[in-house]
Amino acid sequence: MGKFRKEGKKEVPQVSTSSLPDIVYMLIFFFMITTSMRDVELKVKTAMPKATEIQKLERKALVSSIYIGPPRDTKLGTESRIQLDDAFARPSDIADWILKERESRSEADRPFLTTALKVHKETRMGVVTDVKQELRKVGAFRINYTTLKGSALEN
Amino acid sequence: MARKVPEINSSSQADIAFLLLCFFLMTTSMDVDYGITRRLPPPVEQNDEDVKVKERNVMNVMVNKSDRLLINGRPSDISMLKDLAKDFMTPRPNDETSPEVETKTFDLLGDVLMSKGVISLQNDRGTSYAMYISVQNELARAFNELKEDMAWKKFHKHMDQLNEDQTKAINEAVPVRVSEAEPVVY
Repeated sequence: MGKFRKEGKKEVPQVSTSSLPDIVYMLIFFFMITTSMRDVELKVKTAMPKATEIQKLERKALVSSIYIGPPRDTKLGTESRIQLDDAFARPSDIADWILKERESRSEADRPFLTTALKVHKETRMGVVTDVKQELRKVGAFRINYTTLKGSALEN
Repeated sequence: MARKVPEINSSSQADIAFLLLCFFLMTTSMDVDYGITRRLPPPVEQNDEDVKVKERNVMNVMVNKSDRLLINGRPSDISMLKDLAKDFMTPRPNDETSPEVETKTFDLLGDVLMSKGVISLQNDRGTSYAMYISVQNELARAFNELKEDMAWKKFHKHMDQLNEDQTKAINEAVPVRVSEAEPVVY
């Protein structure tokens, strides 16, 4: 039977806590970076369909998004609505919105502006066609149908 | 009196922390969006004349409001679309029923047989977006496979192994010839 050694004889020095702030800062930075701040509050559901032949959307600063889908607020019905920035919009508002988006970019970047269509999968094409027609009228030809990764045959 | 364990020097702790921070900064990717990129055609002028295209050069893909597919007038399934589109766009110089072909010369590639075929896509206002994306995806897949075949034939490499100039040449030799019908106003 071993004897318990008396406490306090060999004192273990306290772990230095002076680096604790650093670790905390590190964690803070980490979360700051990984959490993507949503620049708009989504008012419509956008469960996007899947596709395989997809490209990465380069240079996020040059992408403006149009959200189309059934409203989250079920009181507003299930018909798909268009959301620009923070508000619902009609197809006729798109031209002005695109011009505003162009205005906020530098001259050199304007030709590379892409419009990302984030559309709920159950949306009817009628709304999407209207939006596309408006985009054509205003000369925003680069579009991207934002999708998830996965087999398109499962949609 | 027992010897005291010397305190661990913690002055480098901060450096390690910053190192880790930098590591995570570089490796974590912010949520990236993916999608099918397309270029819309410029708006049609009122007085533009309809471009006449020979019937053998067109493959009609129609989707109705209940998401059923009609390829060249025949009811079809989405799983067949890729193969049909690829078959249609493969140049066949001696076949009277498949699209016309022309020979063009490209740098890096030399003479290339190009099909004059166009895939015409028409959808109803009631078609679901999911179906539309599936169709677009299958058509894109057909063209990507044609590009892949061309890359293998000319360079013995896969598309993703080609350098920038080679990729550009292939993209020019195998253009994505999908035309969306103007929406019909009822």
